[in-house]
Amino acid sequence: MSTLTVERLTTGYGDGAPVVDGLDLEVPDGAVVALLGANGAGKTTLLRALTGTVPTRGGRVLLDGADLTGLRTEERVRRGLALVPEGRGVVVELTVEENLRLGGLWRHREPALRAAVAEMYELFEPLAHRRDAPGHTLSGGERRMLALAGALVSRPDVLLLDEPSLGLAPLVVARLLGVLRDTAARTGLTVLLAEQNVTGALSIADRGVVLSLGAIVADRPARELAADPALRHAYLGF
Amino acid sequence: MTTTSPPPPRLRIDGLGVAFGGLTVLDGVSFTVGDGETVALIGPNGAGKTTVFNAVCGLVRPRAGSVRIGGAPAPASATRMLAAGVSRTLQGLGLFERMTVLENVLVPLSGERGGAAAADRARAVLDRLGLARAADRPAGALPYPERKRVALARALVTEPALLLLDEPAGGLGDADIAALAAVIGEIASSGCSVLLVEHHVDFVMDVADRVVVLDFGRVIACGTPGEVRGDAAVEAAYLGLGAAS
Repeated sequence: MSTLTVERLTTGYGDGAPVVDGLDLEVPDGAVVALLGANGAGKTTLLRALTGTVPTRGGRVLLDGADLTGLRTEERVRRGLALVPEGRGVVVELTVEENLRLGGLWRHREPALRAAVAEMYELFEPLAHRRDAPGHTLSGGERRMLALAGALVSRPDVLLLDEPSLGLAPLVVARLLGVLRDTAARTGLTVLLAEQNVTGALSIADRGVVLSLGAIVADRPARELAADPALRHAYLGF
Repeated sequence: MTTTSPPPPRLRIDGLGVAFGGLTVLDGVSFTVGDGETVALIGPNGAGKTTVFNAVCGLVRPRAGSVRIGGAPAPASATRMLAAGVSRTLQGLGLFERMTVLENVLVPLSGERGGAAAADRARAVLDRLGLARAADRPAGALPYPERKRVALARALVTEPALLLLDEPAGGLGDADIAALAAVIGEIASSGCSVLLVEHHVDFVMDVADRVVVLDFGRVIACGTPGEVRGDAAVEAAYLGLGAAS
């Protein structure tokens, strides 16, 4: 659906040293790119800078060639960018159903919204059992599922995911990764997926990009990174 | 003639039932954790794993069954948890981000806070977990793996007999997970019993002596890691076919 281009992006917090420094990256239309690297490498900060929740110090973020860099977060979302932050994104006072409908509010009208919500109940079965339960009664893992489902309901053009597998049961992780891969293939959804679950992420990705100290140190086809122990060891430490 | 009965297990849960309003969260859950044993509690999201922890800590009141720690009833409220020899970590870490690492670790020793003995004990735990150099930094300034270790240090500083770890490997890379497995091995060999909730299956299989599997609030399997991994019901409810960690 859309190509995300990052040009010489520099970002960080306050007056501190840059966390991401002069980074170039392209995530083509319909591609799934795994963003890998140790804790502290800058993965979360990069995703935040792409959505505008951390200010950009230099460089540009482009969606299909259009410059997003100066735009507020909500305008970036309207244009089709969605971020699922690590472990957050649920309004605990609202029910599961209300949270899902909220996720699709800006991008759908009825009956498409109802259909998009129903699709999420198929994907995340535990949520279907809890559709009238308020967010604060969900378990930690169920809340993470709901945050992911809320982002998917908006049917974004580019989906940024920060450790979606964290706290999820293996069966749910496998199903989620399968859905991401299938949705990308079927609808052209573009996915940038930051993960510590390297094996899982590479199993659905076209490319693996390894970040270290805020810079890209490897950008390889996912199959190569997954299959070559020497590469994995050099860039990922195992 | 007197007979000596075997000592009670560190944790015995018998027929535990918990409900939130009309929702049954736990139903007839029974298992034990022996001295120095590491038991993993696994299962689908929403199966009731964290609620078991909360029942052991006195945070939720069971509507049926019992929880006994070293033969004594579990604390009736969370404020009595430490006195019962129980410590836990939280999924969300729950660190005081603006306080230093050392201050965070001193929190559960509040009665002794400021005392040299408490500070020495806290520093010894930090040293053991490779955090000595971070002692005076704000906890919020540390990278995630180190913040997780601070949470573990805070749980260990009270020298618990029973340690509850909620997703200790979540969000960690492989090198940190290997280091964590070694630390848990040391904790268990010192005689402390460990009950952990975790979704990283390879890690669970590596560290656990036994695995208890919950689904919809009931125990569906219990056994050694090998037995549980080969269990058809566990595969269907939790692991999935060919599931990786």
